[in-house]
Amino acid sequence: MKDDEGLCQLSPLNDSHEALGGKLAPFAGWMMPVQYTSMISEHEAVRKDVGVFDISHMGQFFISGPQAKPFLNIITTNNVFKLKEGGGQYSMILNEEGGVIDDLILYRTGKEEYLLVVNASKVKEVSKWIRSQMVEDVFIDDRSAMMAGMAVQGPRSPEVFSRLFLGRTLPARNGVEQFDYEGDALIVCRTGYTGEDGFELFCRKENARYYFENFVNGGVKPCGLGARDSLRLEVGYPLNGSDLLPDRTPLEAGLGFFVDFDKGPFVGEDELRKQKLHGLKYRLTAIQYDGKGAPPRAGYEVCNLEEKKVSELTSGVLSPSLKIGIGLAYMPEAYRSIGTELLINVRGRYFAAKVVKKPFYKG
Amino acid sequence: MSLLTDFFYTTDHEWVKIDGEVATVGITNHAQEELTDIVFVELPEVGTNYTSGDPCAVVESVKVASDIYTPVSGEIVEVNDQLTDEPALINTDPHGEGWIFKLKLSAIEEIDHLMKSEAYKEFTGS
Repeated sequence: MKDDEGLCQLSPLNDSHEALGGKLAPFAGWMMPVQYTSMISEHEAVRKDVGVFDISHMGQFFISGPQAKPFLNIITTNNVFKLKEGGGQYSMILNEEGGVIDDLILYRTGKEEYLLVVNASKVKEVSKWIRSQMVEDVFIDDRSAMMAGMAVQGPRSPEVFSRLFLGRTLPARNGVEQFDYEGDALIVCRTGYTGEDGFELFCRKENARYYFENFVNGGVKPCGLGARDSLRLEVGYPLNGSDLLPDRTPLEAGLGFFVDFDKGPFVGEDELRKQKLHGLKYRLTAIQYDGKGAPPRAGYEVCNLEEKKVSELTSGVLSPSLKIGIGLAYMPEAYRSIGTELLINVRGRYFAAKVVKKPFYKG
Repeated sequence: MSLLTDFFYTTDHEWVKIDGEVATVGITNHAQEELTDIVFVELPEVGTNYTSGDPCAVVESVKVASDIYTPVSGEIVEVNDQLTDEPALINTDPHGEGWIFKLKLSAIEEIDHLMKSEAYKEFTGS
């Protein structure tokens, strides 16, 4: 069993988590902190101040060579030719049927050098997949096992960065920068998964505690995966494995903006063009409670007003910022226009909800 | 029969306070510390009969929904409606204002199977 605690990897930051009283739980084959003190206060710290997440479980693939650009343009959905040096783009890797293998951020770190940051649960699958698609003059270096990462998120993030790395400022939004710091080659990306300003810092795993503890001792609140999940859902970001699936396409997931049909051929393109032509049977839709109710959770039935199941939630949470239930579900055409009234079935009790526009939370 | 006004505890981290033939039930401080951030409580209905061990309420944190099992059998005579608007009372005062329901005991001898404060402390290792 993958999620068996005994077989889980420990994060390079594990000792820090234990010292801080983090509640650890298995996630994607890793023991990761779900929370330290309170998910709600961790959530609020990121919205109003600044927090830090351990993201050492995520994967880093360095892809380089004269053919790297056309190769990546074929295996991802966004247009790699538009990516300037020092820039980053949200993108996806699809299977031949147009389903999502993983969503990721692709950074261009040099003229012919790229960095793919992928989800922890997909490191092996992505590695296998991109190697199966390999062409000549492309080099793949999977450094996932050697690197640690942390995401500093919240309005005070730029200040936190400049305080540790004196004289440095963050790259522009979505941008990436590599720099040496006391003998370590660091990578900093101005991205995140919370809807707030912030950065992700990747370093050699031996040095991870130095940075993490420096942030925490400087007043950055350590935050767990629980807050990370409620933060991302409030701004409508999908979670792979829950909202993104191998039998759902980016168009169905509402991520058409990150698919470029004019960039030349790419894996999964045929199926996506068919869907574009014939219309989408299902589409990932934002649903919000009308009032108070039991927290919506993944797997709960989404019903029409006759209490008949029409879908189920792929994600759900009682939004700490909005104090109301929010969730996502793949909805059939008849039930996805804004304002459509629905019921969420929580253990046989039905709570009134409506289709709303994403994001649920606007800063 | 002597009047018991003492707290008893279960291995599921509920507490019971006996007052004559009425038992008040809540979750322990240890339980609320583990759950943190209670955001919703589903209360039982007054008048319903439960056997000890039956799930009869749900306490939800941001991340999980936890069933609350009644430690003793009986009929629900009162529920803490204040929790509907202020579920966090369970966090701030788990053994007081954060009580969940009261039931009229149908088998008082069941409390013999529950832990007293010392035993519960040992059980939670605190």
